Amino acid sequence: MKSSVIVFPGSNCDRDIAVALEKLQFKNQMVWHKETRLPKSDLIVLPGGFSYGDYLRSGAIAGKSLIIDEVIKSANSGCLVLGICNGFQILTETGLLKGTLLRNKNLKFINKDVHIKVINNNTRFSNKYKKNQVLKINIAHNEGNYFTDSKHLEELNKDNLIAFKYTDEKGNINNESNPNGSLKNIAGILNAKKNILGMMPHPERMIDEMISNKDGINLFSSLLN
Amino acid sequence: MKFSVTVTLKKDVLDPQGKVVENTLVNMGMNNLKSVRQGKYFQIEVDEKDQTTAEAKIKEMCNKLLVNLIIEDFKISKI
Repeated sequence: MKSSVIVFPGSNCDRDIAVALEKLQFKNQMVWHKETRLPKSDLIVLPGGFSYGDYLRSGAIAGKSLIIDEVIKSANSGCLVLGICNGFQILTETGLLKGTLLRNKNLKFINKDVHIKVINNNTRFSNKYKKNQVLKINIAHNEGNYFTDSKHLEELNKDNLIAFKYTDEKGNINNESNPNGSLKNIAGILNAKKNILGMMPHPERMIDEMISNKDGINLFSSLLN
Repeated sequence: MKFSVTVTLKKDVLDPQGKVVENTLVNMGMNNLKSVRQGKYFQIEVDEKDQTTAEAKIKEMCNKLLVNLIIEDFKISKI
């Protein structure tokens, strides 16, 4: 499986995601944002970080970079696209995913391990997880408060496009287990065709027991399935 | 030709920064304060003589980059 990780000035999780992908034997390439051609890829990853220093709005400038036209073209023709953290913000700015990520409700940058629940395990990104499985995954963001209009929210629910929700350890979805104020505790969503996933938590940080846990690894092994 | 663009959060979108500024102003003893909403301001100069064409260009900039239409509104004025 061939993957491409797009690197923007200010990306800082690009090498972490490359390590995760290579651990699972993906043939990975790093692609600089100024490129105008994308190597043949089965998976495109928009990594976490602070592309362009979050100028204007998080992900806004990266969302107009040269390589993005290629990413949009590939995504529309069915290529798998994964956006993590800033990558999720970039996906909403390009319009590949609907909605937007607002400033965290408590106005603080949050960096901690939180629990999320696998809401839809019938996707290319989550088929190795059990439905309703609770994972412990790190989040690190200032703008992770997912917001969308009621029509799109209805669509998300009806078509099972919510991939992950924030929960507590036991899997309860409520205000207390919502770290950033996200609408309906949403932590990750899919597009209608389910080939694009955007999520705020960092699965690439959870691939090794030595430094964290292995709760994130099945996201990458699902892609190989 | 020079324009100003003011970008504000839509009425129903929560503005935590504005709220904190508002609370601080109240704490400082500012009287009769009703509410504070925080936004963004741009000054843009375009090389264009016709005002209608120039405004259309600025509007396109707003729609394509400067404004997130899901949560923000904008106002263009000539300066």
